Amino acid sequence: MKSGSNLERLLESGQFSVTAEAGPPKGTSSKVVQRKGELLKLCCDALNVTDNQTAIVRMSSLSGCVLLKEMGVEPVLQMVVRDRNRLALQSDILGAAALGIRNVLCLSGDHQKFGNHPTAKGVYDIDSIQFIQMVKNMRDEHKFLNGEDISGDVPFFIGAAANPFADPFEFRVIRLAKKVAAGADFIQTQGVFDMPKFIEWMKMVRDRGLDEKTHILAGLIPIKSVGMARYMRNNVSGLSVPKEIVDRMADAREPKEEGVKICLESIEQLKEVDGIHGIHIMAVAWEDIVSRIVEEAGLMPRPVV
Amino acid sequence: MIIAEMKPIEEILDMIRSYQRILIVGCKGCVAVCSTGGPKEVSVLGSLLRIARKKEGRDIVIDEESLDRQCEPEFVDLAGDKVADADAVLSLACGAGVQMFAERFQDKVVLPGCNTTFLGVTEELGVWSERCAGCGNCILDKTAGLCPIARCSKQLLNGPCGGSMNGKCEISKDVDCVWQLIIDRLTRLNRLEMLEEIFPVKDWSPAGHGGPRKMVREDLKT
Amino acid sequence: MKEFEPKIIAFCCQYCAYAAADLAGSMRLKYAPNIRIVLVPCTGRIDVIHILRAVENGADGVLVAGCLEGGCHFVEGNFKAKNRVRYVKNLLGRIGIEEERVEMFNLSSAEGPRFAEIANEMTERIKTLGPSPLRRENSTEENI
Repeated sequence: MKSGSNLERLLESGQFSVTAEAGPPKGTSSKVVQRKGELLKLCCDALNVTDNQTAIVRMSSLSGCVLLKEMGVEPVLQMVVRDRNRLALQSDILGAAALGIRNVLCLSGDHQKFGNHPTAKGVYDIDSIQFIQMVKNMRDEHKFLNGEDISGDVPFFIGAAANPFADPFEFRVIRLAKKVAAGADFIQTQGVFDMPKFIEWMKMVRDRGLDEKTHILAGLIPIKSVGMARYMRNNVSGLSVPKEIVDRMADAREPKEEGVKICLESIEQLKEVDGIHGIHIMAVAWEDIVSRIVEEAGLMPRPVV
Repeated sequence: MIIAEMKPIEEILDMIRSYQRILIVGCKGCVAVCSTGGPKEVSVLGSLLRIARKKEGRDIVIDEESLDRQCEPEFVDLAGDKVADADAVLSLACGAGVQMFAERFQDKVVLPGCNTTFLGVTEELGVWSERCAGCGNCILDKTAGLCPIARCSKQLLNGPCGGSMNGKCEISKDVDCVWQLIIDRLTRLNRLEMLEEIFPVKDWSPAGHGGPRKMVREDLKT
Repeated sequence: MKEFEPKIIAFCCQYCAYAAADLAGSMRLKYAPNIRIVLVPCTGRIDVIHILRAVENGADGVLVAGCLEGGCHFVEGNFKAKNRVRYVKNLLGRIGIEEERVEMFNLSSAEGPRFAEIANEMTERIKTLGPSPLRRENSTEENI
C-alpha cells in the first residue's frame, strides 16, 4: 500500500469505486462541510475537497479535508498549482500528511481570470504533471524537489485529472500517459456527457495499457435544469455537452428527474467500459442527489475492504 | 521588440497637473516602431496636452524631442539643454528608457507616458502580440519554436491543460492555445514524440526571481 | 451680441469633395461661409496630428471629406481617414472637447449640392455646440 487510504484499498482490490465532490464554503462555517460530509459519507468512498474552485476564494481545501476526516469521512485533498509555488505546495503536502490526509489530487487549476479575484498574480511555478512527480518523489524517495531528505513518511495516494473532451483529442491520451508516468495512481475525468467520444478515448487508453497502470474514475455531473445544460454546452471550456442532452432536458416535464435519468444511464454505460474503475460525481450545489444516484445505480451499500 | 502603449490621457494630464513647462521625449527605437513613442506620437501627445490645458485655461509650454534610443546614456545626454528648460520630462520610451532618463538627470522629475506591455512582434499594421517573456533560459528548441512561458496563460511546460478547445485558450476565444500550435507544428515536423517526455521543473532564477538581472561582457568593457 | 460664426476647417480630397465644392460654386449654390477648405491629395493623407492642430489653433469644427466608400483613388485612403477620425474623436472626447466637432463625410465629385448640404449641416451643428472650448475659456480670438 502506498498510502493505506480507503480509496486506494478499494481500487486495488478491484472494487468499482465512488467519489464525489464536497466544495468548501465562501466563509468560515465548518457546518457547511460537515453537512456535505453527512450527506455523502454513506454513498461515497472518498470526498474531494476542492481548492479555490474556478478561482473563487473559499475555505482552504486542507481545512475542509480535516473537517471531513474528523467525522470519519475520507477526504481527497485537491491542490492547484495556480496559487502556490513549489515551497508552499511541498509544505502543504507535509502538513496534510501530518494531519492524516492520504489522498491528493494534483491539478493546474482554472485560470484566475475566471474567478472573483481576476487581477491576481497567477503562480504556476510548476505544472500539474511536475507536481504529481514531485509528490511521488516525496512519497517514494523521501526527497524534496531540491533533493534534500524529508524526515518522516509522506503516504499519499496520488490523483490527477484527465479531460478527454479538450483539444487536441489525439494528444489527450499522451497527456494521460505523461501523468501516469509522473506517478498518478488514480485519475478523475472531466464530466462525461459525450459517451461515444469517451469510449473512443478509453480505447486509446487501453491500447497504451494505461488502464492497468492507473485507476480511472469517470466524472459525472448531474444536470439540474436545461439552463445548466445550455450553460455547460456553450460557456464551459473543456466540457462537451451534446445537443441531445440539452434537448432531453428542454423537453423534460420534470428536468431534475431527467437529469438523474441521464446520469444513471451514463453510469450503466460506464460500468460496461473496460478499464473504468469507478465514478466521480460532481454535483455542484446539488449534493443531496448523490445518494439517490448511487443507490439507484445499484452501487449501495459501499463495500468495506 | 518592446511593445508599449500610451497611458490613458486622463492619467497623463493628472501626472503633469502641477507643471508649466514640459519636455516630451520620444524614442526612435522599439516604441517608435510600434507607433507609441516615436516623433509622430510625441507631436500628437504635445498637441493633445496643449488643447487640454488651454481648455482648462492653464497655460503650458511643451517642448518636443525624440532621441535615437533612450536606453543608452550617450543619446539621453543629448537632450540636456532642453531638459534644463523644463519643469518635468514626460518620456514616451519603454520603462528602461524612462529610468535611464531619470538616472542621467538626477534632479529632474521624469514621468512615464507609456505602459510597457510586452516583448512581441507585429502581426500586421496596428496589431502586436507577445512572444517572449525574457525568462533568461530559452527552451524554444524543445517546444517547436513556440514559447509556452510567454504564450500559455498558465505557463505550462507539459501542456495543454484541459481548457484547450478548438485551438483556443480557456481564458479567451481570441487567444490561441500555444500548446495546440506546438503540437500542430511538431506533427508537421514529424517530431510529436518530443512531447512524450516530461518536461522538468523550470529554474526561474534567470527569469528575474533570482533578483534583478545584469549582463557583463568583459571583452567589451572599457 | 454678435451671432457666433464658427470657423470650420474642411480637409477635402482633390478627387471628390474639392471638386464637389468647385461644382457647388459653378452651380452658384449658396452655403455657409464658415468653411475653410484645405486641399489634400486624398483623405488618407490626413493624420491625427493635422486634425489636432486645427483644433489646437482654434477651429470650432473640423470636417474630413473623402470619396464614397469603395471609390477612393488610392483604394483605401478614405477608410484610413475614417479610422483616424474615430481615433481623434475618442481622444478629444476624453479631454472634454465635444466629439461632434470632428466629422468624416463621404461624397463624389458630382455632388455639388451635397457639398453645400454638408457645409450647412456642419455649420449648424457647430453653432448649436457653440465656440470651441479653447476659444471660450481665454478668448484669444485674434490669434486664430
